[in-house]
Amino acid sequence: MSAGLSLAHEPVTRIPHGKLLMWIFLASELMFFSGFFGAFIVLRNTNYDVFGQGSAHLSWPLALLNTFILIASSLTMALSIYHLERNNRGLFRLFLGLTICGGFGFLIVKWFEYSAKFSDGLFPGQQHHTIFYSFYFLMTGFHALHVMAGMIPMGFMWMRSFSEKGYPFPRKVETLGLYWHFVDLMWIFIFPALYLMIPYHAAIPHH
Amino acid sequence: MSTEAIAHSPSHEHVHEEAHHHVLPWYRRYLFSTDHKVIAKQFMLTSFIFLFIGGAFALIIRWQLAYPGKPIPVIGALFPSTWVTEPGSGIITPEFFAQLLTMHGSIMIFFVIIPLAVGMFGNFCIPLMIGTNDMALPRLNMWSFWLLPPAGLIILTGFFTPSGYAAAGWTSYPPLAAQTGYPTFTFTGQTLWLIAVFLIGFSSIMGGVNYITTVLNKRAKGMRLFDMPLTIWAIFITAILAVLGTPVLAAGLAMLFFDNFLHTSFFLPDNLVTSSKYFGGGQPVLFQHVFWFYSHPAVYIMLVPLMGVVSDVISTFSRKPIFGYKAMIFAIASIAGLGFIVWGHHMFQSGMNPLLGTTFMLSTIVIAVPSAIKVFNWLGTLWRGNIHYSAAMLSALAFVSMFIIGGLSGVFMASAPVDIYIHDTYFIVAHIHYVLFGGSLFGIFAGLYYWFPKMFGKMLSETWGRRHLFWTFIGFNVCFFPMHVLGLGGHMRRIYDPNVYDFLKGLHPMNQIITYGAFLLGFAQLILIGNILYSLFFGKKASRNPWHANSLEWAAPPHPGHGNFDSDITVYRGPYEYSVADRELDYWPQWEPGKAISIHHHTIAVD
Repeated sequence: MSAGLSLAHEPVTRIPHGKLLMWIFLASELMFFSGFFGAFIVLRNTNYDVFGQGSAHLSWPLALLNTFILIASSLTMALSIYHLERNNRGLFRLFLGLTICGGFGFLIVKWFEYSAKFSDGLFPGQQHHTIFYSFYFLMTGFHALHVMAGMIPMGFMWMRSFSEKGYPFPRKVETLGLYWHFVDLMWIFIFPALYLMIPYHAAIPHH
Repeated sequence: MSTEAIAHSPSHEHVHEEAHHHVLPWYRRYLFSTDHKVIAKQFMLTSFIFLFIGGAFALIIRWQLAYPGKPIPVIGALFPSTWVTEPGSGIITPEFFAQLLTMHGSIMIFFVIIPLAVGMFGNFCIPLMIGTNDMALPRLNMWSFWLLPPAGLIILTGFFTPSGYAAAGWTSYPPLAAQTGYPTFTFTGQTLWLIAVFLIGFSSIMGGVNYITTVLNKRAKGMRLFDMPLTIWAIFITAILAVLGTPVLAAGLAMLFFDNFLHTSFFLPDNLVTSSKYFGGGQPVLFQHVFWFYSHPAVYIMLVPLMGVVSDVISTFSRKPIFGYKAMIFAIASIAGLGFIVWGHHMFQSGMNPLLGTTFMLSTIVIAVPSAIKVFNWLGTLWRGNIHYSAAMLSALAFVSMFIIGGLSGVFMASAPVDIYIHDTYFIVAHIHYVLFGGSLFGIFAGLYYWFPKMFGKMLSETWGRRHLFWTFIGFNVCFFPMHVLGLGGHMRRIYDPNVYDFLKGLHPMNQIITYGAFLLGFAQLILIGNILYSLFFGKKASRNPWHANSLEWAAPPHPGHGNFDSDITVYRGPYEYSVADRELDYWPQWEPGKAISIHHHTIAVD
């Protein structure tokens, strides 16, 4: 029979709803990619050479370029929040636009990468496909979907920023920024796992 | 006792005002409503439809097992020719039997128990019981429901694809579930199953993040975390399970989907004969790890919310504080935490290192400890209580007693040496039904009988409620208890015709008794539906607090509108202050001001 008298309103967090929800959702997203990474680790151990050869065949300079693009877009995202909070509408619009451009840039590079793989016959069901490329398309594909999912609300906010009132919800932009940084961070894990972990004896393309 | 503390508050004017201020078009009020109570009712309606679909499948399965080779009565003649041995015969094929088994399990788990336990109670209870107007993000909440009907349509469409419905069991283990015989980009029953369950998973995650945020951020003034009713605690912890577990399943489903749809080979091993045109390199057992990493916590997602509901019901109808409030919370939390490290016990027979098996065996058996804490606390709450045998209370008692049986048979399977013998037999079927029907569904009935007055503003008939529970309880035990014996007799789990084995022929009468029980159980549910429909139209109007309960939802008007409460809510105490000494009433609502009594003699000003 607890009988404490507590009149003060004592929320556990002082974080706004949307932002707290995004953090929890990101925990969920992390588990989603963990499923892929877990399977990746298991199957890499049983198909060590196949994974090495696959990694060696991927284009790490393109992936590195994409890494820079994504990190830069995270910076512009943060700057756009900074300027919206200070009501610098023009700079907000500029930096959000740059972030969207970063997203597009990433996807364009990805497009070139994918079409090269496709013409090499590495897509699932094609001639030279191996289990490694199953993971390559799975992980980069879901990551690219996340990039697109982030660009949709960004595009919406950017359009709204041209209206008379501008885009008046810095908190929403901040929440979206959290998501964008997460997508960026996920790439930071995918990049070395797929492109850089090449055993030295496998560094010769297999065909 | 009979005086309602706030029966004459100005609720009527307030409701009218609300109605004048925002008149929403009908589709915003009933279809795309963001009101958590409407969403809860939508979950309830959808899941009840699926409950009857899944139940009908179970009855067809039971008919086949009791009378193998005999036509299905009444509806058998209507089956399309792909479902039956020859057109119009009404005798189902083994393939269709396997589809029915898969579909029964999938529907009952993903479309009935999870949406009812988490979707319906989560939505209805959280804002009302923590004293707030709605979820933290109402629109997201609406979308978490609106993924369910399309997923349901997708999963049912599987029956009409050329390949037939998914037939690999609700666990959908590859390579069986990686239907390698179809070209890429073909929608088979299996791929549709995967899409549907993926959507349900996304719905769970969207619901879960919202629940956690709401509980953390939107509690009424004065309500500390340890002033929350156990229902809220249970749903909160369930939401954490759903948020962390479901995405892992989603990852596994995505990989299995691509194995089917694009011919990747995550789960297809080298040299698999049926996959001659694929590249191997995958591991079938990997799917089992990924699947059970979610699906074991999912068992708790289906059970834990109802543990909370049952705690509230038992406390209210025993007129006693819940025994060991904090112990209950920590027990739930440790069940949830342990739930993440026990998944291997589903795989003792999948070819597992015995040392690893032993680890999983130990972690699994440890779960018996918090489960026992909960059971003893429920018994401790009942002990010397002033017990009211209402329909809700009877369901709660059925929950506790059936959960004990289901929990004990779980310990059998948790020990690897025993599991070798009973794995994939009817013993498992008995266990899962004792936990998920005897546990979860009785818990859902308890919650439904308890909160129906608040949900619809009408009282359910107690007499018919008791009749429903009586026949359900009899039917349930006649149906599922003999399955333990069948399983120990070696009856396989997903077998089409047990009579092909000589050693099972002696058990056949038992199979028939089980089927009688199943039909009794199935038709007993019509009483519930009749009761609900009758009460909705002709039922007695509910008062504000018909059970004289303490938690905040009873401070709201009988049929709360958008925004829930008609007065400001401040919380003064925990939710289980029943039979407080020196009080005129045997309950003390959380929202009622008043100084707490100490052990010293002390009179309290009531009202």
